[in-house]
Amino acid sequence: MKTEKYSRVVKSPLLFLGIPLLFLILFLPSLVSNYYVGLAIQILVMAIFATSLNLLVGYTGLPSLGHAAYFGVAGYAAGFLYLAGMKNLWLMIILGMGLGAITAAIFGLLAIRAKGPYFLIITLALAQVLWAIAFKWRSLTGGDDGLPGIGRPEIGLGINLKADPHFYYLTWVIFLLFLLAFSILINSPFGHTLRGIRESESRMKALGCNVWLYKYLAFIFAGSLAGISGVLWVCYDGFVNPSNLGINLSITGLLMLILGGGGSLYGPALGAGIIVLLENIVSGFTERWSLCLGMIYIVVIMLFPEGIFSVMRRGR
Amino acid sequence: MEAIKTEALSRYFGGLTATNGVSLEIAEGDRRAIIGPNGAGKTTLFNLISGFLFPSSGRIHLFGIDVTTTPIHKRIGLGLSRTFQVTNLFPNLTLFDAILLGVQALNHAWLCFYRPIKSFQGMMRQTEGFLKEWDLWEKKEILIKNLSYGEQRMVEVIVALATRPRLLLLDEPTAGLSSAETALMVSIIKRLPRDITIVLIEHDMDVAFEIAEQITVLHFGAVIAEGTPEQIRGNPRVTEIYLG
Repeated sequence: MKTEKYSRVVKSPLLFLGIPLLFLILFLPSLVSNYYVGLAIQILVMAIFATSLNLLVGYTGLPSLGHAAYFGVAGYAAGFLYLAGMKNLWLMIILGMGLGAITAAIFGLLAIRAKGPYFLIITLALAQVLWAIAFKWRSLTGGDDGLPGIGRPEIGLGINLKADPHFYYLTWVIFLLFLLAFSILINSPFGHTLRGIRESESRMKALGCNVWLYKYLAFIFAGSLAGISGVLWVCYDGFVNPSNLGINLSITGLLMLILGGGGSLYGPALGAGIIVLLENIVSGFTERWSLCLGMIYIVVIMLFPEGIFSVMRRGR
Repeated sequence: MEAIKTEALSRYFGGLTATNGVSLEIAEGDRRAIIGPNGAGKTTLFNLISGFLFPSSGRIHLFGIDVTTTPIHKRIGLGLSRTFQVTNLFPNLTLFDAILLGVQALNHAWLCFYRPIKSFQGMMRQTEGFLKEWDLWEKKEILIKNLSYGEQRMVEVIVALATRPRLLLLDEPTAGLSSAETALMVSIIKRLPRDITIVLIEHDMDVAFEIAEQITVLHFGAVIAEGTPEQIRGNPRVTEIYLG
């Protein structure tokens, strides 16, 4: 038994890669240029976004195509706060999560009644309504030009977030806290209820579960968690515009999820890493980076239909 | 008191009358089989009683309470539990996790989101107890979809029992089972405590006659005969319907 356990630990690819990876994460800002530190921040933020979407798609079986709505609403909220002179990051995150939750609570009432492809289209349509508002309401949102001039927020403690390395470490802290909260959520009775709903709604009904209510709560949770990513993104980017609410972002989130593997804790983060790197690094060599992404997709879906992360789990 | 009482229950799908003025009274503790040829409206009747469908007219009472417009999850709260004709389980969950969902139902523990489910000692023990009681403890880590069909039919019944129902609706529990598996299923059902009212839909006459003390025969959505297995066996209308 003991040797079995020992060999499993040694063979575990996560641990084998873990120590060098930990060093890379800790000392990244002193090893590479700020450009790559920025990429790492983008990966972490998108990982939060894709993981929050995973609660709906991977755990509850609700394929949402409008997840950017909550990202964008929280992003605009952070932008307005900053421009109004309130630069505290925690305040922005609380407000962003709150608005994400409220938006999801309203959209959920309309969307949860639909199933499968209908749900997909309704969530898309609802998010596009917000996109259109941000696009047209120039006096408030700056329309297509967005809201520029958003600086880095403050967190007190004498830490200056204007330096990318500092923002990088902060993003890691928030990401890890988020991941911890997410893993508690999915391992709770509530998370188990959601998996049951994903597997068979009618059976859950026959067990006396109010399926609509728990789908609705999952929808609100997911919207609220996506808000964290929206706030961080806008604070990092210094800019918020309608594309933060748009269909491209929603699709990117879904693609990250599919690539990494839905229904697993680390899959979407892995997918976020791969896509952000591809988008930024391959695009340095060729304009046709999305062609590359397309080919990777085909390979992944043919070889590992449950996502790349499922292979790492099986290899253990 | 009647576990189930329906009054002139009807359900139409467009021009089709699936349930036609059914008035049933099933006493607590009864063992009732509902038989009838294909399309007689047996499953529709189950869906009406359990709340998956609402009736076009008529009323339904469970344990003396009018539930005609009550949603499913509240009817389950009254002690009703059901299985499905086509196996309807959780294919990608392990056997343990599937039974655990039934145990969650028993404890109404759907919502708690800040504490790992494994830390609920009581629910873990109840799940373990169920698996051991049904000799499935060794298979607890197997995904439902990798169980044999016969085992899945069994789990279908066990998950329904995990809610400790007072009223169990079984929709063709032996459909597709081998004769050995059918015998096992029949013995499981006969072993259930007498305080559980059991209503089963059955195609297999031998099974229906073995388990049931009362039999209701449906034909084109309406009740055409009701009585003990002997009375039903001797009923010329029933013989006519079944033998042409």
